[in-house]
Amino acid sequence: MPHPAERRLIFEHVDEPGYTTDLPCYLAHGGYEALKKSVARKPEELIDEVKKSGLRGRGGAGFSCGVKWTLVDRKSGKPIYLIVNADESEPGTFKDRYIIHQDPHQLVEGIMITCWANQVRQAYIYIRGEFPRGARLLEHAIAEARAGNFVGPNILGTGYSCEIYVHRGAGAYICGEETGLIESLEGKRPYPRIKPPFFPAVLGLYQCPTIVNNVETLCHVKHIAAMGGEAFARIGTLNNTGTRLLCVSGHVQRPGTYEFESGKITLGRLLNEICGGPRPGRQFKAVIPGGSSSKILRFGERFKVKQRDGTMVDWGVEDIPMDFDSLAACGTMGGSGGVIVMDDSVDIVAALANLNAFYAHESCGQCTPCREGSLWMKKITARMVRGEARPEDGALLKSVADQIAGRTICPFGEACAWPTQSFVQKFGDEFRNYASRPNPGPAATELA
Amino acid sequence: MNFTPETLQKIDEVITHYPVKRSAALPLLHLVQEEQGHISADAIEWIAAKLELQPINIYELVTFYPMFRQKPAGRRHIKVCRTLSCALAGGFEVCEEFRRQFGCDPGATSADGEVTVEFVECLASCGTGPVVMIDEELHERVDAARARELAGQIKAGSAANAGT
Ligand SMILES: Cc1cc2nc3c(=O)[nH]c(=O)nc-3n(C[C@H](O)[C@H](O)[C@H](O)COP(=O)(O)O)c2cc1C
Ligand code: SF4
Ligand code: FES
Repeated sequence: MPHPAERRLIFEHVDEPGYTTDLPCYLAHGGYEALKKSVARKPEELIDEVKKSGLRGRGGAGFSCGVKWTLVDRKSGKPIYLIVNADESEPGTFKDRYIIHQDPHQLVEGIMITCWANQVRQAYIYIRGEFPRGARLLEHAIAEARAGNFVGPNILGTGYSCEIYVHRGAGAYICGEETGLIESLEGKRPYPRIKPPFFPAVLGLYQCPTIVNNVETLCHVKHIAAMGGEAFARIGTLNNTGTRLLCVSGHVQRPGTYEFESGKITLGRLLNEICGGPRPGRQFKAVIPGGSSSKILRFGERFKVKQRDGTMVDWGVEDIPMDFDSLAACGTMGGSGGVIVMDDSVDIVAALANLNAFYAHESCGQCTPCREGSLWMKKITARMVRGEARPEDGALLKSVADQIAGRTICPFGEACAWPTQSFVQKFGDEFRNYASRPNPGPAATELA
Repeated sequence: MNFTPETLQKIDEVITHYPVKRSAALPLLHLVQEEQGHISADAIEWIAAKLELQPINIYELVTFYPMFRQKPAGRRHIKVCRTLSCALAGGFEVCEEFRRQFGCDPGATSADGEVTVEFVECLASCGTGPVVMIDEELHERVDAARARELAGQIKAGSAANAGT
């Protein structure tokens, strides 16, 4: 049962008894009605609806979906491609897999509406290699949709044709970055491309204009097509419209994925009321609010934030509304919606060592600051955890991280620097005193 | 190279999905690995020829993408999530338990060649950690006791296999 504070659009049928992934079930629940409605309208009108909806991308950056679609080069005469980013690899994020496993037709419908709106004739779903079952489910759903005339030639008798193919990745996180993804889809190593000039909207897949959107974003498009952009914009808060899937993991009583109106729930309510609070006898210590790359928040910090109307507010971590702008105002980000919670049992240096090992493993290696820096950060934190910490390690870590961010081809540079920068900034005492900490128990080796 | 007719048919079909043949490199590598268990030097040459590429164009993929192997893995492949949310829930202990059960370090294959145990990065199931993928199946909320149980099932399967 959804929590009463939830507002479910995308997850309306998730975990519903009797709801299946096949086409008859989807049709019985009003499936493909939004597509039927959409193909009867002009493509430009749909782009307008998406602009009016205020939809922001759910893949991490929160970029306006309507603006992204407007930037597509339609004059080149080249085909326009849609790539669905189903790489879902940002640690702490587990919403796209849910959608794919429980309601694949919702995604297929969102894809087809997006394709019609942008006159795309070929879409690819890039799904991470570790989702073999998800890939099969999607292939099955697409085959069913093709048989139902929702995908393929002459869709719903309109004369418009569009294909969707599923393309599996093979275990590399950097394939989630959109230009790395494009290289991967072209059959190469997923080395991100430099921007400018390689903005996907102009020079994307096969050097053709390309739209890359996240799975959740495209499901929202379906709901926008169904209810209209203005109605969608009334959900959530100003500049943070619609609903948002939040994935909570780590030290709470009820981890899981929940759907709320954007910005209508605070981090404190999410963790305490929806997720049942900390484990018995424990207190929250820190939270990473938007996927592992977002900057950590320390319970007890205060944030002075200027509201849109000019008034100042003084928030604790618990008071932060879960939307892109509020989290950005507190120095972190909404990112991918992955909320990782740590209680007072956690060895914070070891937690960073765990993340640093991830980033060192996943750097594609093109840029020296990222390739070398991510490795050094991993080595330093691993050495600390091994029992050879020095008081100056925090400062050393910070100096390495500071030399990565802003000096790389792709935003992975920032993504790998932010955890180190924020952990050291907010838990400087623990880094400084690590060697002489009171109880160097097993907490460290459990994480790194 | 000897592939089953089904694999060959899938290979020819998937190449049609792309306007540029090279795009089919990852799909072909997956199909080949699914059938042969790993990517051999011969397979690299074969795929390259099939896609009108040089062998290096395929080799550089095999060496970059973590899911492709140049050596056979065990008959069963256990992937334990190493990343933070699962680690907070006890993932390291789970990996250690599998290691003890099969006597091999993460990344290695048991002496009898039956089982490969691997530590992998976030499997996008962080809310139900620790998670473990055994072949294509995801197991959630795996603690040490459950790991022993799963290991027991795998060993029983190996014994049955050896008997036939
Ligand atoms: C290192 C890195 C990893 C990323 N991983 C993902 C991912 O797994 N899934 C995703 O949808 N977007 C990911 N992104 C964001 C994509 O580059 C891209 O912005 C997004 O897919 C755009 O879709 P949206 O506008 O619908 O959010 C990643 C970005 C970076 C820099
Ligand atoms: S920042 Fe890192 S991941 Fe991105 S292109 Fe450079 S080396 Fe590769
Ligand atoms: S951290 Fe283990 S599945 Fe994400």
